[in-house]
Amino acid sequence: MRTRTKIVPTLLLALGGVYAVLPLLWVIFASTKSSDELFTTFSGWPSFNGGFTENIAALSSYGGGRFWLWMLNSLIYAGGGAFLTVVVSAACGYALAKYRFTGQRLIFASLLAGVLVPGITLAIPQYLLLSQMNLVGTYWSVILPSVISPYSIYLCRIYAEAAVPDEILEAGRVDGAGEFRLLWSVGVPIMTPGLVTVFLLQFIGIWNNFLLPYIMLANDDLFPLTVGLYSLLNRGASQPALYTLVISGSLLSIIPIVALFLFLQRFWRLDLVAGSVKG
Amino acid sequence: MTGRRTRAPYVMAAPAVILFVVFIVVPIGYAVWLSLHAMRVSGAGLGIRAEVFVGLGNYLDAVKDTALYEAIQRMLAYGVIMVPVTMGLALLFALLLDAPRVGGKRASRITIFLPYAVPGVIASLLWGFIYLPAVSPIGAAFKAVGLDAPDFFGDVSVFFSVANIAVWGSVGFNMVVLYTTLRAIPKELYEAARLDGASEWRIALRIKVPLLRPALTMTSVFTLIGMLQVFSEPATLRPMSNTITQDWVPLMRIYQQAFVDNDTYLGAASSVLLAGATVLLSLAALAVFRSRSARSER
Repeated sequence: MRTRTKIVPTLLLALGGVYAVLPLLWVIFASTKSSDELFTTFSGWPSFNGGFTENIAALSSYGGGRFWLWMLNSLIYAGGGAFLTVVVSAACGYALAKYRFTGQRLIFASLLAGVLVPGITLAIPQYLLLSQMNLVGTYWSVILPSVISPYSIYLCRIYAEAAVPDEILEAGRVDGAGEFRLLWSVGVPIMTPGLVTVFLLQFIGIWNNFLLPYIMLANDDLFPLTVGLYSLLNRGASQPALYTLVISGSLLSIIPIVALFLFLQRFWRLDLVAGSVKG
Repeated sequence: MTGRRTRAPYVMAAPAVILFVVFIVVPIGYAVWLSLHAMRVSGAGLGIRAEVFVGLGNYLDAVKDTALYEAIQRMLAYGVIMVPVTMGLALLFALLLDAPRVGGKRASRITIFLPYAVPGVIASLLWGFIYLPAVSPIGAAFKAVGLDAPDFFGDVSVFFSVANIAVWGSVGFNMVVLYTTLRAIPKELYEAARLDGASEWRIALRIKVPLLRPALTMTSVFTLIGMLQVFSEPATLRPMSNTITQDWVPLMRIYQQAFVDNDTYLGAASSVLLAGATVLLSLAALAVFRSRSARSER
């Protein structure tokens, strides 16, 4: 049989790709324009008059380098939060998958119920509780509520169940290895592809989160990029000169996450998300 | 699995359980408690304010709140566009990725998935500027050929503009989930039909789509939940257009009740109602999950 590429399906799929990248291309082009050029030249095509470096310099000096602080904050929230999520979820998921203990069913059922609760219902009381603990307006007010992710625990449990063989654990026990040693040197290495997926989903989730930091933080210096750029736009509504800052800030804010996404996308186990794991 | 008596699993599960209780169970209880209370002035004319039990009073206020009611209508108008378009495109692209003799699959899959990594706020900023008359490349292109620039923030068009941002951000993820499910389907199931000369289009509609139904239901329900919780897109677009009010969708209205009007109690009641709607939808998803695993065990 001759294998010939079909034109219409290929074209449809390519159109989808074009739709997905056009806004990203636009932001690259628009960030090459100085404030004047942004309003006077066609923004669907780049300018080459040094507007880009001008914008980055202006953005870097805005509020004494506040933008880079936001970038650092986003890294702290997303990186720290996702790392802690993986640690907490891996241990809990492994325990749920590989042991039988009293209270296990209760824990699992409550976690499943926890997946269903929307963030906003929690945000108001979380704000009030954290303010009583004097944690509102600190890094912890954004990190701590992000660490507990019932969905991540659920994924870890599925993955541990499918991938970690009981025989190896039993063999380890016969050799006298302790339970925590088994988790660390048998469970964690085997679960690594699943844990990478959990880390990435959680990293993207926290990096992209807006409502939680928006509610918890009032101090500009603690903002993540999402809230920071939002506040910049709010100020810019009366000052179109700030538009160029928001545009080049948007571009810089998606570069790290897109790079991470492209770099790690071959390690994803998305069949995990789809619910069909083959160990 | 071991049934030996050991304390290890409790220690392993403890951090998750403690965080779960502190940041999920207690806040839910607190939200319900708040929703049943209110700040009322007590003592004749002394102006002393105290927290009192008001029963379902806040819920009655929430149900009677016309602003919340209008916000729900706008959310539904937005959802009627966003949900079918997202799911339709995700299904179309997943089927195309799974069909033979389609070129550029790997590149298309990665580019269509890419917007998933872009934060909702940033996506809204990008699209917002593309919509904004002063800088819009689309408006400029229309004017270049002598047409009037389209108004992206009109009374009707604004729903399409906001929905487009969510569609752009979520098609890729749903596509990948559906495509992953498709790849897990044994080829033998449609190899025979292919040999009989059935067209790929027919195979997709008659064999693949029915097999995808559980995954389709699951992703649709998650998309519906996303619709109920829409917030960052309209909130980010608000400074760019007067069409989008401060209470445009339910979450914006709840935020306004709790943090702008400082009526935490009313905000809590509204958010419990929204949570109720979400839980109902999610239970439907769980039921689908269960019927699917029951079928695959057979």
